[in-house]
Amino acid sequence: MKHEALEKNATLLLIFSLLVVTIGGLVQIVPLFFIQNTIEKVDGMRPYSPLELAGRNVYVREGCYVCHSQMIRPFRDEVERYGHYSLAAESQFDHPFQWGSKRTGPDLARVGGKYSDEWHRQHLVNPRDVVPESIMPGYPFLAEKPLDPKGFGANLVAMNLTVNNGKGGMYSQEDIDNAEADMVAQATGQNTEGLLKRYPKAVARDFGGDGKLDEMDALIAYLQVLGTLVDFSTFKADMSR
Amino acid sequence: MGAGTLTQKGQPSGGGAMVMMALWGLLALFAITMGAKAVDTPFAIHMFIFALAAILALIFKARGFGKPAPDTSGYMDGVVRYGAIATVFWGVVGLLVGVVIALQLAYPAWNPDLEWFNFGRLRPLHTSAVIFAFGGNALIATSFYVVQRTNRTRLALGNLAWFVFWGYQLFIVLAATGYLLGVTEGREYAEPEWYVDLWLTVVWVAYFLVFFGTLLQRKESHIYVANWFYLAFIVTIAMLHIVNNLSIPVSVFGSKSYSLFSGVQDALTQWWYGHNAVGFFLTAGFLGMMYYFIPKRANRPIYSYRLSIVHFWSLIFLYIWAGPHHLHYTALPDWAQTLGMVFSIMLWMPSWGGMINGLMTLSGAWDKLRTDPVLRMMVISVAFYGMSTFEGPMMSIKAVNSLSHYTDWTIGHVHSGALGWVGMISMACMYHLIPRLWGRKEVYSLRLVSWHVWLATLGIVVYAAAMWVAGIMQGLMWREYDANGFLAYSFVETVEAMHPYYVIRAFGGALFLVGGLIMVYNLYRTIKGAQPVSQPVGMVSAAA
Repeated sequence: MKHEALEKNATLLLIFSLLVVTIGGLVQIVPLFFIQNTIEKVDGMRPYSPLELAGRNVYVREGCYVCHSQMIRPFRDEVERYGHYSLAAESQFDHPFQWGSKRTGPDLARVGGKYSDEWHRQHLVNPRDVVPESIMPGYPFLAEKPLDPKGFGANLVAMNLTVNNGKGGMYSQEDIDNAEADMVAQATGQNTEGLLKRYPKAVARDFGGDGKLDEMDALIAYLQVLGTLVDFSTFKADMSR
Repeated sequence: MGAGTLTQKGQPSGGGAMVMMALWGLLALFAITMGAKAVDTPFAIHMFIFALAAILALIFKARGFGKPAPDTSGYMDGVVRYGAIATVFWGVVGLLVGVVIALQLAYPAWNPDLEWFNFGRLRPLHTSAVIFAFGGNALIATSFYVVQRTNRTRLALGNLAWFVFWGYQLFIVLAATGYLLGVTEGREYAEPEWYVDLWLTVVWVAYFLVFFGTLLQRKESHIYVANWFYLAFIVTIAMLHIVNNLSIPVSVFGSKSYSLFSGVQDALTQWWYGHNAVGFFLTAGFLGMMYYFIPKRANRPIYSYRLSIVHFWSLIFLYIWAGPHHLHYTALPDWAQTLGMVFSIMLWMPSWGGMINGLMTLSGAWDKLRTDPVLRMMVISVAFYGMSTFEGPMMSIKAVNSLSHYTDWTIGHVHSGALGWVGMISMACMYHLIPRLWGRKEVYSLRLVSWHVWLATLGIVVYAAAMWVAGIMQGLMWREYDANGFLAYSFVETVEAMHPYYVIRAFGGALFLVGGLIMVYNLYRTIKGAQPVSQPVGMVSAAA
């Protein structure tokens, strides 16, 4: 066929162009849903608890990802600086993923447990109080924005409707029914039995330190869980991946 | 080809106008209802903005009701004139926000620590303002201009082109206000939430229909190459936009949604989109401009028709594969990273093929660079295109990427492409287009254009050089070890080391902005006192 045929027929040109631009995406993206070892088999990963998820929403809303990555690459310096390199399994419940593309600030994939809640509070209110050279903006308003647990179960319902690693439904009906109670329990550290059953290893305490439930509690709860869930004592790397 | 053979198309009759008015009224009511039931404030604000826009459309329709149909015999250039003004306006806004956030990085006190104006919210405002508001308006305006001239026909489907223009401005306003209000999907360059995405989809389908409809009713047997690039850009962006923005709203009355995919699949979908926002929005569409306006300005035919065929098909085929180079050494499986790297390196060839085709068009007309600063701007932009399409494949090599990724080198690379290529070709096209749309022979002052060209070029060079030094230095500092085998620098020491370069970068950006302000003045003086001209179909003005 001569190229002239395409130059003289707009519909043909359209169809050919569309076919040509579709191929790359199909070949690269679709297999990720079907190749078994794309997501490593690990122990310890679980969906976010309601408080952590609310904190994650704050993280996304404030655009933290434009300066902080959550993806440790398998290099000596990164592993020494940040910890074990990141696994695909660790972001399997991340809607959306927050791997980031720029490190104006340090990677946060394993920031959980590295600093105290008090450090995070001071740092979020005015970063230069604890890191004088920091160029991060302050977020004092987070402690002024109350977090209302009411109706938060709708977020879990929406998460269940997403495609998750080929399966939907990461939260059970019980998780959804208890979303509000779990959020309060985790932010106060009281009545945490149900919470810990549903979200093993969840850390529960007054993250914001002021006795109120606000966005500061949620964000710190999220930061403190980052990178802490996978049990690396049982993890074996798959060389064929 | 006589003018006036296409007058009957598309003008709604009295009955049609009534239907349109009813439709806008219903949309306004719908938006008000949604706004009243909103579960969060930003959603309510957005629905009322939407309702206001629908009411304005209704009023506009009502005022034109019963009046004689306007003359539709010539080219439909009113919408191009509006698009040109919007391009210049949003361009300056985007640059201004860019300088502000550059200062925020150099001096954190520029962050007011108020939620609406911190870096994390202003940065998407900057990127969307320059890519989608400035770039998008430039693409829509020039594509409407070019598709009419090269096919010798008026835009298809009547006033739908006006809907595309105003609908797109509404999208920009919703996206921009959304960023400040904290409404975001958290995906770079695709931040607007689900309902704004839906609106853009409607507008984009209308854009496609106008463009493609115009191609279908063309009076030329061949479709000119510029239109291939515009067409590929429009359909590919539709595909990318829809797939990447698939998400589940928490409530249909609220702004929050969760992306359909997660983790590694989400990452590759996003960068398949993200890299091809570069490839198709910022490259293919602007190559359409290059293929029309450089031959026009130089008054020479395109260098090689055969090369443009090879350029077109290889570019659109290869670009779509390049996304994974944004995910080197991440948890994305190796096979996908390697595929992305290989295709990114191959992409160097069609990119330079296109650059050669654009530059060599000046064969026999190089002397014009001395006398015509607009042409000079076009040539510099193509040179920057060549520079950044060499740098890109180089940075996609995994070994290089291990150093450059996460650093400001990437930012420098993006800006040599965005300011140098996209910015300069668009602004040069505005210098060419605006006098012709308003019946002037030439822009008010070519001397000022010359000032703009050199200020902008200097600004980009300062910007990119600062970012190269900053990025490579930071990358090296991160991996530096001392004699005892410990990491030599804490993270914050590498942040501190960036300060002088962030100051220099802000200065480079400010130079580019000053050039933009000179353009605004120059174009204002060009338009001032001029009457918009109507050009008959099938003819081009003597000056063009």
